[in-house]
Amino acid sequence: MTKIADNVNPHVYEKGSERKTTSAELDEELTDEFDEREIFDLIRNINDPEHPLTLEELRVIEEKNIVVNNKENTVVVNFTPTIPHCSMATLIGLSIRVQLLRALPSRFKVTVVVSEGTHVSEHAVNKQLADKERVAAALENNNLVQIINQCVANVK
Amino acid sequence: MANLELLQTLHGHKGIVWNVAWHPLGTIFASCGEDKTIKLWSKEGQEWTIKTVLVDGHQRTIREVAWSPCGNFLASASFDATTAIWDKKSGQFECNATLEGHENEVKSVAWSPSGQLLATCGRDKSVWVWEVAGEDEYECESVLNAHNQDVKKVAWHPSLDILASASYDNTVKIYKEDPVDNDWTCIATLSSHESTVWSLAFDKTGERLVTCSDDRTVKIWKEYKPDNQEGVIITDKESVWKCVCTLSGYHTRCVYDVAWCHQTGLIATACGDDIIRIFKESEDSDPNAPTFELICTKLNSHSQDVNCVAWNPIGNQELLSSSDDGEIRIWKFSE
Repeated sequence: MTKIADNVNPHVYEKGSERKTTSAELDEELTDEFDEREIFDLIRNINDPEHPLTLEELRVIEEKNIVVNNKENTVVVNFTPTIPHCSMATLIGLSIRVQLLRALPSRFKVTVVVSEGTHVSEHAVNKQLADKERVAAALENNNLVQIINQCVANVK
Repeated sequence: MANLELLQTLHGHKGIVWNVAWHPLGTIFASCGEDKTIKLWSKEGQEWTIKTVLVDGHQRTIREVAWSPCGNFLASASFDATTAIWDKKSGQFECNATLEGHENEVKSVAWSPSGQLLATCGRDKSVWVWEVAGEDEYECESVLNAHNQDVKKVAWHPSLDILASASYDNTVKIYKEDPVDNDWTCIATLSSHESTVWSLAFDKTGERLVTCSDDRTVKIWKEYKPDNQEGVIITDKESVWKCVCTLSGYHTRCVYDVAWCHQTGLIATACGDDIIRIFKESEDSDPNAPTFELICTKLNSHSQDVNCVAWNPIGNQELLSSSDDGEIRIWKFSE
């Protein structure tokens, strides 16, 4: 039996353009700090668990909802579920967290939260995503890791 | 000037080191983590080295280890839903008993002061009390379902069979056995934290508790017994626990662990901001509204979250810490 998606007919937005590599970035002598656009590029192509669309196309993530502080080693990603009662919110947040855990240097503290006021169980989802012990336990669950890997598979 | 001097950085685990536990004599300690192994460390000359590695006891992350008060047994709590008991009756450490019953991840394990009881807790929201029934035999005495979320930590009173547990439901609960029907019951619920309570520790008298939380505060609780002089009203004949001090504004992220030294009275905290902090009670502190001062802040004590802090039980001011960065560090505190 195939599960019917929570949001059967989501609004699809256009993809943004690819970022151009600047000459400064290719210069090995220059220190190039992480910025919001780079974090966005790391997660924009994560697949939605229910639709053959990326989180960018569904506007679950947007560059303006990402905050990077290189000095304090923090990255905060606010994501917006397509509908307020989306049952996939925790899984989407977990995929973002896993992708950033794998891609960023370990000095970064990654926080993934639901954009304020966009989900009915916002507080519960945020608490779950912030609990690193429960995230660690979830990532020892092979079925779950397989699903997450499928979501992040398209990411470069 | 108070200082935490790094004595040694210990490598050996792969991945997160969740917990470290001193042997009661303070000459050995155990560590555990994501790599599913337990390592026993002791000192050779000036250096701490791995003496024994315990493998194949668990299928998943080992979250916590605890020595029995006699020092002959080591218990390990794992995400694989079991608790293993290790001893070296055969000459080397072996797992001779496995406690099963929790539905999923076991988060914490602790021995009672007599060594006759064991408590475990876990993701299934329950706290189990086990009795040592004989050689390698453990019987479940009680399953306590007082919490309504994931239970993170259990700790026994230093001298009595009184148990405390901390939970994702933001509360701490206290339990004891009713002598009439031998039934364990929750006798107090401590509410004040605004998010997950990650850990807790009794002081040496057992009449005070320190708790730490995802709400970035540390709280001190005091027991008010029936007929207390302060006039705190007791219903139900059981003691009332009141939050008498909140240390807020010191921690910038989740506080994962707290240790209250029974010899020196110092409180150490392990925080998600990579900092170890030491607090000391003020000399003119009022017992009913105590004040604690932050006397030491060790910035970048690890390169990632600090998960655990443990004072050497012999009171030599040695402190162990473990981290997500895979390292264990041993520190010497001095004032």
